[in-house]
Amino acid sequence: MIAVLDYGIGNLRSAEKALQRLGADARLVDDPDVAATADGIVLPGVGSFGPCASALESSGLDRVVIDAVSRGIPFLGICVGFQLLYEGSEEDPSAAGLGVLAGAVRRLPDGVKHPQMQWNVLDVTRSQLLAGVPDPAWVYFVHSYAPERTEDTTATCDYGGPVVASAERGAVWGTQFHPEKSGAVGLGILSNFVAAVEATGA
Amino acid sequence: MRTVRVIPCLDVDEGRVVKGVRFTDLFDAGDPVELAARYDAQGADELVFLDITASSDNRRTMVDVVERTAEQVFIPFTVGGGVRAVEDARRLLRAGADKVGVNTAAVDRPQLIAELADEFGSQCVVVAIDARRRPVPEGKPLEWEVFTHGGRTSTGIDVLQWAERCAALGAGELLVTSMDRDGTRDGFDLELTRQIAGRCSVPLIASGGVGELDHLVEGAVDGAADAVLAASIFHLGEFTIADAKRHLAAAGVSVRPA
Repeated sequence: MIAVLDYGIGNLRSAEKALQRLGADARLVDDPDVAATADGIVLPGVGSFGPCASALESSGLDRVVIDAVSRGIPFLGICVGFQLLYEGSEEDPSAAGLGVLAGAVRRLPDGVKHPQMQWNVLDVTRSQLLAGVPDPAWVYFVHSYAPERTEDTTATCDYGGPVVASAERGAVWGTQFHPEKSGAVGLGILSNFVAAVEATGA
Repeated sequence: MRTVRVIPCLDVDEGRVVKGVRFTDLFDAGDPVELAARYDAQGADELVFLDITASSDNRRTMVDVVERTAEQVFIPFTVGGGVRAVEDARRLLRAGADKVGVNTAAVDRPQLIAELADEFGSQCVVVAIDARRRPVPEGKPLEWEVFTHGGRTSTGIDVLQWAERCAALGAGELLVTSMDRDGTRDGFDLELTRQIAGRCSVPLIASGGVGELDHLVEGAVDGAADAVLAASIFHLGEFTIADAKRHLAAAGVSVRPA
């Protein structure tokens, strides 16, 4: 079972539906005890870093994430759910991230519209999650902040300069874009995640 | 890189897509979910559903349309019409919408924009503005007035000031419809979109008046719009989304290829 963590924020349905479309047993889960039994975990997130971080903490699901990551359970963070993996964000300096990945989340470059709300092309360096995506791979972004570039970065897009689009470390994956809203390309990326879950769970 | 989005708009009445000229004279253009899937397949970047009756019965119908769309369509979609409170928005977002559009309710109570942005994030909040030109003496700056209730009610509010206020309150995007042009097929009101884009840093969707593919190019280039929205040219089958994308790309506008 893939748990799409439901911690009381906006649209979680699209991630769940996209995974179900791929044949995965995906469910919205708000109970930490149930989430702890999942074979794979998806952490969506929309809105701002601070409110998402505190909602995740008060749901008790933050501990599930930390525990699952330490056990090597395949994990996918999307948009703000990706940002939460880092140590903190310029958007809300008082809020702590999960610190699963090293680094901080920074505001997008000046001189371009905020948010980036559009489709953009991925510049992929290396990635298991993005394996097999077409070239060019167009995906959908909605964000004003993105993680800084680190050794975990696997792809960028060009938006006033290179902007981190995805990262991975072990079984921890994250995308700044929305694979569940990126049409066929996005479904292909999610199917790589589903395959990783099935490989680990089997 | 700035990439312009092409957005077909589906006006939904009693669960069917309809299209009118100057906000009246509706005709039936099909099943919303079927059309949405077709536009997705053609390469649409996003979809906008506007619930144009928004009676309480129809609102349930709309939630059903949203749920069915979310099962089949994996591109972003906005749902507007009848959103008067945070709970109305929550219902649509939980059903699978990515963004909600507000219009009349935001004019009646601007704080609604801030409430929605606080609750769901600005990226979820699209403020739709229906604008009509005011008569001004020759040589004076152009003026537009905000209309509500599907274009039936004048408000006396200046469009440019309202657009700035919406952005300041937390709107993540503005969907600007020229009522003078809507349904005329004469092209966007480019002055309108350009002036708003010059004042507001949030993304702007140009709407109202598209009758040929050159109008989409004008909206993106001269109108400074981040996205171009059209309805009848797509619903009537005159042009596909792919035609529109090819035309924009040939004119040098960066788009996601269909």
